[in-house]
Parts: sequence; C-alpha cells; structure tokens
Amino acid sequence: MRLRKSSAFIAFTVINVTGLALLFAHGAVERQRQAPVLDEKRIIVQRLGLTDLCLFTDARYTRNPAVADRSTPFQDNPMSLDYFPSGSILPPPPHLRAHELDR
Amino acid sequence: MNWIDKQRNIVDFALSSLLRRWKKNLALLCVYTFVVFIVASVVFFAEALKREAGLVLEGAPDVVVQRLVAGRHDLISRGHMEKLGSITGVSDVKGRLWAYYFEPSVGANYTLVVTEEAAGRPGTVAIGAGVSRTLQAGEGDLIAFRGHDGAYVSLEVARVFPSSSELVSADLVEISEADFRALFGLPDDIYTDLTLRVRNPKETVVVADKIRRLLPDTRPILREEILRTYEALFDWRGGIVLAIFAGAALAFIIFAWDKATSLTLEERREIGILKAVGWETSEVLLMKSWEGIVISLTAFLLGLILAYVHVFFTSGTLFEPVLKGWAVLYPRFQPVPFIDPYQVATLFFLTVVPYTVATIIPSWGAATIDPDTIMRQ
Repeated sequence: MRLRKSSAFIAFTVINVTGLALLFAHGAVERQRQAPVLDEKRIIVQRLGLTDLCLFTDARYTRNPAVADRSTPFQDNPMSLDYFPSGSILPPPPHLRAHELDR
Repeated sequence: MNWIDKQRNIVDFALSSLLRRWKKNLALLCVYTFVVFIVASVVFFAEALKREAGLVLEGAPDVVVQRLVAGRHDLISRGHMEKLGSITGVSDVKGRLWAYYFEPSVGANYTLVVTEEAAGRPGTVAIGAGVSRTLQAGEGDLIAFRGHDGAYVSLEVARVFPSSSELVSADLVEISEADFRALFGLPDDIYTDLTLRVRNPKETVVVADKIRRLLPDTRPILREEILRTYEALFDWRGGIVLAIFAGAALAFIIFAWDKATSLTLEERREIGILKAVGWETSEVLLMKSWEGIVISLTAFLLGLILAYVHVFFTSGTLFEPVLKGWAVLYPRFQPVPFIDPYQVATLFFLTVVPYTVATIIPSWGAATIDPDTIMRQ
C-alpha cells in the first residue's frame, strides 16, 4: 500500500517537532549544567568590581558602555564620526540621556 | 466523509499541487527556512546574552561614581572618596583602579584591573583566556608591559582565568595596586572611579541624588542602569539586534509581498478548473491555506532547529564578524540556552502567519472570479 502524501507530511512534521522538543530539553539540561559557570562569572564580576561584559574590545566606549561618556565616540575631534564597527551597533546606554553632565 | 478525512484529502491534493512545481517550491522553502533561521538565531542569541548579562552583572557594584571633566571621564581623588563615605546609607566606599592597555605587538586592547587579592603577589598577574591566546602566554610566562615612562616592566603570569568565563574576563589582566601605579605613574591618592555599597538597596536612588548634590562634578551610575544598558543593547527595537534583524525582516517582507501580489497563470487556471469541477470557494481557499501551511510550517520548524544548533552548538558563528569588528581579541563563549515558549510563539506569529495570509489573499481573488473567465485567460 502506498503511503499517502498527507501521512508523509504528518510524519515529517512530527519528526521535526520531536527534534525541536529534544533541543528545548537540551536547553533545560544545559541551563542546569551551566548554573555553576554562571555563578563563577558572577563571582568574578563581584570580586573584580566589573561593570560590563567583554563583548567588544576594539573601542573603549564599547568595551565598557555602562561607564562610557557621551563624547567618547567623537574623541578625536568634534566633527569626527564614530569609525569603530562596534560603535555602529551599540546604542548609547539609556542613563547617558538622563544625567545633566551628559547633556 | 468526516472532517479529518476531508482535510487529509485536501492536504493530499495541496501536496500534489506543490510537488508539480517542486523546483520553485523547493527554492521557496530554502529561502524561507533561511529567513526564519536568521531571525530565530538573532532572537535566541540576543535573549541568551540579555538573560546572562542580567544574572552575571548582579555582582556589579551598587553604585559607581565617576568624575567628569569637560565632558570626559577623569580620574577621581581620595578627597571625593572621604566625602562620599559621609553620606547616610553608604556602608562602604572603595577606590577602583582599572585602565585600558594597548599591546602594539599583537594590536589588542587589554583591560587592567586592580584587586585586593593581587596586592599579596606583586610582580605577577592573572590574565584572561583571550589575553593568553593573543600573547600565547600561559602560567609561569613573563609578559612585558610598556610603562608611562617608556620602560618595560615584566610581570609573571600566575594564573589564567578559566575559558568558560571569557564573556567577562577574556581581555582582563588582574594586577597588584603597586604594579598598576608604577606602570601608569599614578599618585597614591588617585583612582579611576569609586564604587559604593548601599546598606538598603531601596535607597540607592536617594543616595545617587545625594551624590549629585554633594559632588556636582561626578556622575553616579547605578547597578540598575548597568543592567538596563545590556537590556537596551539586546532589545529587539534597537542596537545589535535591530542591525541584524532589519536585513532579515526586509527580505521576508519582499518575499511575502511577492507572494501576496502574484499568482502564476498556471495556479489561476488550476483554481478555475477546481471551481469548474465543483469545488466550493471555501474548499479552494482551504487547499491554498494548506499549501501555505505546509511551506511555512516546514520552514519554521527547520529554521528553528538550525537556529538552535547555530547559536547554542556553534556559538553563533555567523554573528562573529559582526561582534568582532576591528577587535583582535574576541571572547569565545557558548551562550546558555535561555529560550521560552514566548520567543517561539513570537517567531511563529512573525513568520508563519504573515506568509499563510499572503498565500490566501491572491487565491481568494482568483477563487471568486467566474471559472470560465479564468480558464480563458
């Protein structure tokens, strides 16, 4: 007996959904497994008094955006445009718009 | 014929119809899967980093106080520290010493941080895995730093931070206060900035306000503001996510628009024949909906699986050039999979629903015209 096309589609979808469910289960297991690693990172942050993640290391205002000031992207001269690639994808921290010294 | 049998017959017919144009539909499925893959990768990656930043930066200082001179961050004196210690609610004030250091031999930027623990072992440093990689230096090796006077100072690597902590420590060099001050020529009463511990966390905003009034040349940065910086960075509406998301979203809009506005002559003729042999308009639309669901559901599931593998098994390799920029030292990290049903539901409504609707609209237009007119076109 030939397999109906709809049966093949249902089987394919069930396999995909099962695969996705297994990946999500992997996510849950991995979160448990990584909990001590996250704690270790938090302890490093606490011990060293860090304020930022090490995502970009090319410019100082993208290495430590939380403690950057507004003029750093224009550090070379007032008309100089931000030329670091990371500066173009990193928005200014929200608190820089709030403090009177940054206006 | 019960409802399920009817649906299965229509699905059989829809699949036969798709297979008749298999080359076109396969190409469509590949493009669609790729778009879902990119969008899902961005969402998974951004959410994982946002959640991780929230958890890890819980350890950040309650308040960081910076001195600003002429719009720029400047060094702060011990006098400021003593004044801050007098504020009610502040339990502890510490001077923080940290600096950027450019290593010309490899073209990488490092972050030098002073800790109390390092004071006990002058002449040595603990380095991040990224520093170790770029300098090819391990425990026991000597690293030469160029001091403010041009003289080189060699410090021994006492420890390398574990590579699992690269997201916070890749470019760090932990150094003693004496070595730091000697290297940069800083006097004893000067710090990079100050950190405060506030006794009652609910009073942090009040303390920050007091700092602004007591020391008008300083800027307090609260831990909540640090956390918000990363929420903004990985927010859907801006920053890095928007940069990657915009390209994929535009591709999807063009793709859905093309589908919504065009129906080939062959497809129109097929609808006409179905109407002529007795299919109801609702049945034609149902068949077309199934065509849309088959393509979009398959693309959605495959795209999601590939995105998960990309982000959480290969550390988001495709995003590496974006994050790397001009940096020589790039942290290698494996995001922790923080995914929830909300993200999946959002992706579903962003991808499957618009495409399915875009498939039905032109078919509805063709299905309501007289079959004879369509077949004569």
